Amino acid sequence: MIRLEKRTAPSRFWTYAAPLLAVVLTMVCGALLFAALGKDPFETIRTIFWDPLFSEFSWYYRPQLLIKAAPLVLIAIGLSFGFRAGVWNIGAEGQYILGAICGAAVGLAFYPTESPFIFPLMVMAGALGGWAWAMIPGFLRVRFGTNEILVSLMLVYVAQSLLASMALGALRNPDASGFPGSRNLARYPSATSWINESAGLHWGVVFALIAVIFAYITLSRHIFGFHVRLSGQSPRAARFAGVNPGLLVLICMAISGALAGLAGLFEVAGPSGLISIDFNAGYGFTAIIVAFLGRLHPVGILLAAGLMALTYIGGEIAQSNLRLPAAAIQVLQGMLLFFLLAVDVLTHYRIRLTARGVA
Amino acid sequence: MTTPLLRLRGLTKAYPGVVANQDVSFDIQPGEIHALLGENGAGKSTLVKTIYGLVKPDAGQMELQGAVFAPAEPRAARMAGVAMVFQHFSLFDAMNVAENIALGMENPPPQREIAARVRLVSDQYGLPLDPLRIVGELSAGERQRVEIVRCLLQDPKLLIMDEPTSVLTPQEVAILFETLRRLRAAGAAILYISHKLEEIRALCDAATVLRLGRVVGSCDPRTTSAREMAELMVGSSLHVPHKAARPEGEVILTLQGLSAKAPHRFGTALRDIDLTVRRGEILGIGGVAGNGQDELVAALSGEIRTRRDMVLFDGKSIGHLAPNARRRLGLLAAPEERMGHAAAPDMSLTENALLTAAARQDLTARGFVRWGKAREFAANVIAAFDVRTPGAGNTARSLSGGNLQKFVIGREIMQDPALLVVNQPTWGVDASAAAAIRQALLDLAAKGAAVICISQDLDELMEISDRFAALNAGRLSAPRPAQGLSVEQIGLMLGGAHDMEVAHVDA
Repeated sequence: MIRLEKRTAPSRFWTYAAPLLAVVLTMVCGALLFAALGKDPFETIRTIFWDPLFSEFSWYYRPQLLIKAAPLVLIAIGLSFGFRAGVWNIGAEGQYILGAICGAAVGLAFYPTESPFIFPLMVMAGALGGWAWAMIPGFLRVRFGTNEILVSLMLVYVAQSLLASMALGALRNPDASGFPGSRNLARYPSATSWINESAGLHWGVVFALIAVIFAYITLSRHIFGFHVRLSGQSPRAARFAGVNPGLLVLICMAISGALAGLAGLFEVAGPSGLISIDFNAGYGFTAIIVAFLGRLHPVGILLAAGLMALTYIGGEIAQSNLRLPAAAIQVLQGMLLFFLLAVDVLTHYRIRLTARGVA
Repeated sequence: MTTPLLRLRGLTKAYPGVVANQDVSFDIQPGEIHALLGENGAGKSTLVKTIYGLVKPDAGQMELQGAVFAPAEPRAARMAGVAMVFQHFSLFDAMNVAENIALGMENPPPQREIAARVRLVSDQYGLPLDPLRIVGELSAGERQRVEIVRCLLQDPKLLIMDEPTSVLTPQEVAILFETLRRLRAAGAAILYISHKLEEIRALCDAATVLRLGRVVGSCDPRTTSAREMAELMVGSSLHVPHKAARPEGEVILTLQGLSAKAPHRFGTALRDIDLTVRRGEILGIGGVAGNGQDELVAALSGEIRTRRDMVLFDGKSIGHLAPNARRRLGLLAAPEERMGHAAAPDMSLTENALLTAAARQDLTARGFVRWGKAREFAANVIAAFDVRTPGAGNTARSLSGGNLQKFVIGREIMQDPALLVVNQPTWGVDASAAAAIRQALLDLAAKGAAVICISQDLDELMEISDRFAALNAGRLSAPRPAQGLSVEQIGLMLGGAHDMEVAHVDA
């Protein structure tokens, strides 16, 4: 008989080994799934996990990985602060959209002036836009005790409507003879976030790396990071330690909102290029998965975002080359999260095999 | 000789890494109040859980009235006539007494019948209890009566009581004891678990002492001194804290009309509390749980803010200050709940040291944590207060209750407070650790600090305090010198038996 027994302290070994085991289990079950769909399982797994990095076309796919991973890292790092403190910002997608709208609006306002100050201004506007959108659920929770999960999620839909109205109205390209969508910021030298487009390198990638380092130092070395962790684990102890719970909620919402806003700004001024009706691609939601996949740890998030980007790009290759249905890729991504949570049991429990059954 | 009611033979139960019970054997006679003694972790809980069918022993047998008794679950134990009153009550606040009792029954009869039976039983055993009152409005003592009546309705042969008096006023204790004696007279046996040795001497007919899972002795508590029993439990001679004479110091804390709203629905509002505390004295504050103890600690620690001038510390108004600002001034506190309030269970002892010591021990530099220094401070606390743990890197959860309490109290004392507020400093702590903690509080006062000790253990308060005050429904009585206070006077200060007549008892 198998019994689970709670460990007195989480296992260090399994903290690191569990994600790897989850990836392996996902590959095995994914292969079974693909085999059931009539595809060669080995080729499919190789196409998804190997080809984007090391095939003969990897020169094209590697930059794509950076482009996909950068916003995921930025948003997930921001969310990880709140998630550790028990502040559940589910609406990063909306904050991402608002960052893009505000940043793009600043850039478009200066068009076609060229100045080195335009892009920094856009960055600030993007961060502010995301921050302001996140402050709504934050303030409502602190002041009126509303549930930030619901409010932030609902604001995503408000943001999407706002995005549509901007793409059709205020930010529409006046030279596009009535087509929806703004001017292309990627083609406006003072406003573009590209550093090297062919390498997939834009300012979002740089900021993502800075965010990882900043988050790592804050969480492990700074008293604020300690208070964030403490608030999540033992809210009463945090209050006793002198943490102001309301202020902490606001700061966590501010960090996640501003970083999501930045991600939106870098995306609109680079890879996407313009504000369009369907500008947002679900990064804000995927980042939630990335944050948990990475154990809310900055380095873990970096790796998890890479892995997620890999399944996206690899999945696209598998779709076009092997005619794998898109839903199968989503199942694979779902499996990854499922196995991670399942294997997580090993971190906190040990498995015991008892010889004789207990009646 | 009659057959014993319950005979335990060689009961053994091992958990990974620890043997909770080893070869435990003793008998409980019918019509006997049998005390089970032992420090925390001696295996008392495992043993009673075995008898109640919650734990299955690895080896050994039990016999109930001569027949083999191996309950697979509590229901089987109840059917056989074993009932248990737990330390923590399982009652629903929003329901009335009769409804709560009906919830524990297999086939509950109609409400009116239950109410009638509750009245009958409570008359018969002198347990005043109104079946129609809402449980949320009852005092802890009354809630306990609900649990007891729930057991008595099953006509138990054996009633197990785990630390029943920890939440009661002296008057309520008197009522409880009278009930237990009547139960004994009716032929039932009671297995009585308690730390309070004087109570056991007053009530019990036999006692079995457990240490590290084994039976280390038995005695007749009526003829054995409390000290002898304590030494049996601990296995060595007991260190009794001693009070040194102290000169009267200057006033360090003044509360002026301190009032605060209840922080949550089942909390207690503080009402108009006036108090002065001097350096070098220990003020003991007694009271039944839930009369404002948590709220008073919070108002002193800074977790509850009040009007500025309601709290004066060293001449300064500090009612509006946050916890860390107060710590910097020298006002430290150790709340009652160790896990999750005084300490974060899943964090290491180093991190838990940082939790309150960051400000006073200079553990941060421009906001950055000096982990080396924090580790050093944690190690100092561990060494100075004999905290049994492999090291400061271990989580708070991995420590036993007594060890964690020593760490929590030590963490505050090592910060050299001018005033230390402690709530239930020895709750659930074994005798030797409790003695060490009390001695540390006395030493702190001897060095010129003031100590406010809030506790439900009156023996503890009488042992260490210079003055005694009582909290009742959020009000604080005027402090009186502890020396010479009688139990009756204390009981009156605590608010008597919470409006229930003691007169029922003398029938």
